[in-house]
Amino acid sequence: MYKSTLVQLSAALESKEISSEELTRLYIERCKKHNDLLNCFITITEEKALKKAKEADKKRASGTHSKLTGIPIAQKDIFCTNGTKTTCGSKMLDNFIAPYDATLVKKIDDAGFIMIGKTNMDEFAMGSSNETSFYGPVKNPWDTCYVPGGSSGGSASAVAARLCPAATGTDTGGSIRQPSSFCGITGLKPTYGRVSRYGMIAFASSLDQGGPMTQTAEDAALIMNVIAGFDKYDSTSTEEPVDDYTAKLNNSIKGLKIGLPRQYFDKNLNSNVGALIDDSIKELEKLGGKCIDIELPHTELSIPAYYVVAPAECSSNLSRYDGVRFGHRCSEPKNLSDLYCRSRQEGFGKEVKRRIMTGTYVLSAGYYDAYYLKAQKVRQIIRSDFQNAFKKIDIILGPTTTGAAFKLNEKLNDPISMYLSDIYTVSANLAGLPAISIPSGFIGKLPVGMQLIGNYFQESLLMNVAHQYQKMTDWHQKIPQSYE
Amino acid sequence: MSLDKSEIQKIAWLARLGIDKDDIASYCDELTDILNLMEQMNSLDTTEIVPLAHPLEVFSRLRVDNVTENDQRENFQADSSKTKDGYYIVPKVIE
Amino acid sequence: MNRLMEWETVIGLEIHAQLLTKSKIFSGASTSYGAKPNTQACAVDLGLPGVLPVINEQAILMAIKFGLAINAKIPKKSVFARKNYFYPDLPKGYQISQFELPIVSNGYIEIKRDDEKNKTIRITRAHLEEDAGKSNHEEFKGQTGIDLNRAGNPLLEIVSEPDMNNAKEAVSYLKRIHSLVRYLEICDGNMQEGSFRCDANVSIKSKKQEKLGTRTEIKNLNSFKFIEAAINYEVERQIDLVESGELVIQETRLYDSNKNETRPMRSKEEANDYRYFPDPDLLPILITDKIKMTVKESIPELPDAKRDRYQNELGLSEYDSNNLTTNPDVANYFEEMLEITKGDAKICVNWIMGDLSASLNKANINIKNNPVSAKMLGGMINLVKDKTISGKIAKIVFEAMWNGEGDAVSIIKKRDLKQVTDTNEIEKLINEIITENASQVEEYKKSSPEKKQKLISFFVGKIMKKSKGRANPKQVNELLKEKLKD
Repeated sequence: MYKSTLVQLSAALESKEISSEELTRLYIERCKKHNDLLNCFITITEEKALKKAKEADKKRASGTHSKLTGIPIAQKDIFCTNGTKTTCGSKMLDNFIAPYDATLVKKIDDAGFIMIGKTNMDEFAMGSSNETSFYGPVKNPWDTCYVPGGSSGGSASAVAARLCPAATGTDTGGSIRQPSSFCGITGLKPTYGRVSRYGMIAFASSLDQGGPMTQTAEDAALIMNVIAGFDKYDSTSTEEPVDDYTAKLNNSIKGLKIGLPRQYFDKNLNSNVGALIDDSIKELEKLGGKCIDIELPHTELSIPAYYVVAPAECSSNLSRYDGVRFGHRCSEPKNLSDLYCRSRQEGFGKEVKRRIMTGTYVLSAGYYDAYYLKAQKVRQIIRSDFQNAFKKIDIILGPTTTGAAFKLNEKLNDPISMYLSDIYTVSANLAGLPAISIPSGFIGKLPVGMQLIGNYFQESLLMNVAHQYQKMTDWHQKIPQSYE
Repeated sequence: MSLDKSEIQKIAWLARLGIDKDDIASYCDELTDILNLMEQMNSLDTTEIVPLAHPLEVFSRLRVDNVTENDQRENFQADSSKTKDGYYIVPKVIE
Repeated sequence: MNRLMEWETVIGLEIHAQLLTKSKIFSGASTSYGAKPNTQACAVDLGLPGVLPVINEQAILMAIKFGLAINAKIPKKSVFARKNYFYPDLPKGYQISQFELPIVSNGYIEIKRDDEKNKTIRITRAHLEEDAGKSNHEEFKGQTGIDLNRAGNPLLEIVSEPDMNNAKEAVSYLKRIHSLVRYLEICDGNMQEGSFRCDANVSIKSKKQEKLGTRTEIKNLNSFKFIEAAINYEVERQIDLVESGELVIQETRLYDSNKNETRPMRSKEEANDYRYFPDPDLLPILITDKIKMTVKESIPELPDAKRDRYQNELGLSEYDSNNLTTNPDVANYFEEMLEITKGDAKICVNWIMGDLSASLNKANINIKNNPVSAKMLGGMINLVKDKTISGKIAKIVFEAMWNGEGDAVSIIKKRDLKQVTDTNEIEKLINEIITENASQVEEYKKSSPEKKQKLISFFVGKIMKKSKGRANPKQVNELLKEKLKD
């Protein structure tokens, strides 16, 4: 039962094969059993979940339920959940009980999902390996010597090990897609503005987006139907009408023009990853897709541009963590300066401090034009590159990551190397485009994903192609041996 | 482009981040590496380009002027270690 | 004096006007004054993790209104920026303000100089920003208490060019802006409550040189009187420094009204690097011609135009016109009275500037809150005009209205104050007095013109007393003189 997708669980609950309470207990037991090793969860909300599960069963009994009522889900600990600890993976918020619900959380609750816990993550969403969390690193269930990816590593690991059937994540430079690739699950980053950021603790405001991390594209579509939409509390959320993301899943992709960026398939591409992508291309061609070579000439500049914009925005977003109104406050501050400097020194980890320093520098007097403004211009160019490409093709295909997961501690002291591995993912954030990573094979015993990037608001198309691919392949159904 | 100790200290102060003396050197190195990475952007001439602040080129919606929030002080000040009589307390600030 | 011969003063002013919106600029919390600490600070105002700002439409419209009223440029696109610095009353560690592309730029207003000539003061820009909270240093020993009710209140920061050259011009400019924002109904101008705050940038320069001097900023100025005193003090202080060979340091100073001096603020800035950048949580504002037109149509008659109209069309003096138009509440009151009295401007002015003004000052209330409405006062004036009561009786009626005894008609009825104008009745009274004061009448017939006048007053006094003040004095005088002729 715990290997079921959301679609299957919905059916099982409907046919009374299992109750919500039983289902919730099942997952919570799995969480408690495996969390010591995997460390996916910072908080497991057993009591609240069971209470909600019982209510869900009552609703189902009285016929006032909906399709998704009573299905357990995990929330990345970056979303504010009213009355529940919300830490963002940081000591700074170790004592923070969120006094309100994020819009995304409200929507998921209203749809009937049962939150069973808050997942571990890189501190303040900064990282690509989930090794920077105050609560310790998360392990990749495929091989616990390896990282699950980050920053949504807890969510990815939990879904991969089937500790929950689905989870939420956030993606600023690849933080949904990269861990999805490393853990063998499906992860979607929606178009910027598609999902409300209200209550989603901010890292880089112009890049962040929340999205589903699931076993299948079909499940992702179900969650998108719940979370997508305009929010009056988020000025950057779009009023663009919301699709029924499940409606087009079964459309044929015959004649679909699939762009292959030359810059993604150059000599730097890991040959193992390349081989898997080639196989995937063949599958899509069998379905009628047509591959066309395209250029995304400024792909390389996406890394420096990202590593200016993201730290700059985060350095400002994290100024509110000053120990005054909430969060960690140092003991016996001598004066105001001491209060600020020591609280922040104690509360933030190394990577966060590094990015705050970088961001403060690039925004400081005399450097704004050379760095921040320049990066925003490079962003414009990258966006144009994509727009030009989309004139010729419908969808872009490429690798999600430069390889399979790396070992724990391998890149911790080499931040630049870590940054460079984001090469395939950050462009979509810079341009605000939707992108999905789906399992496409293994290198050794570690999974690797491939990425599809769509034009603005083309999430339906992305999930359509992904779903068609998943009908032809079974990578997404594989579960790490220890968690079968 | 290399950063020196005094610049690191200046940035740390601007960001109100306490840093240990022992860490200053590594911050110098790390930040210098990151800034060198950024130098790559200079290979591109962007004089005529308009900076992209938002991926979607739209304008702001305007909120109607109504009071929609009520007193939630009790809820927000549940952590009472930082408050007294409804105020947030900090070490005395001299103006 | 000598000093002013050699030194020129250069003054620029920054005004922070709190806009009269119901809710805050970026959140839906209330802006009303005086609530218990932190009861009007919602999640957004507190800068809790995950919150986002949403711009208040009314704040935008009010800023545009101000810009149009000062003939400024309103751009098509306006952008909000973050001003980054740390202070406990600034919850997010940055203030959402405007840097490039402010909502108003390049405007001007006219003031009157000492020599009565007009002077144009240019306004560089006016931009929107959120207010910070308040610090309470007194109540908590060794600590400071922070109240964030004010955090997020909408402010319009109005920045002038350094076009003023003495304290009087500065105050004149401030009074003009103060009057204007009240007329536009975008700010209540309450300086005690902090909804209209001024900072002055003051520097001196030698008339022999081109170069501008170093300027200091004086903060914490909350009355026109203090502003004038502070600027004067500061100018003297700077001249003293420079004349004794020292340098003026660029710094922020506070004005102490008790000691009448400025002193440097402690702690605060080594010039802050605010690291401005466009706020990524907010999209740019689009200001269409349609919006500008709609706002323009909502602009009422402004003080200058109103003052000119009072002088030119109503024939009022410049002095009276000025007095009536400085405060929009007074102007509105006047115009309402004008309508009721069918345009008798002079008598309305007299009553407003006279009895009403005196009563308001004595009771220390403003015209909006006064017990005698324009309708009541105008009504009373009409009863004087149609001779129902005399001017003298009117003063009694006014006082009664002020004390809440009702409107003029009911007071006159209750107290039987109706003027006696019937010639027969007056004659009757005169006859009675003549009879009762026969000896004085005899004396009158023999008296000199001067003595005659004194006796007339004596008789009139008696008649007025007999009629309980209701006899029409003019008629009494005329008829009495007639009667005494024989």
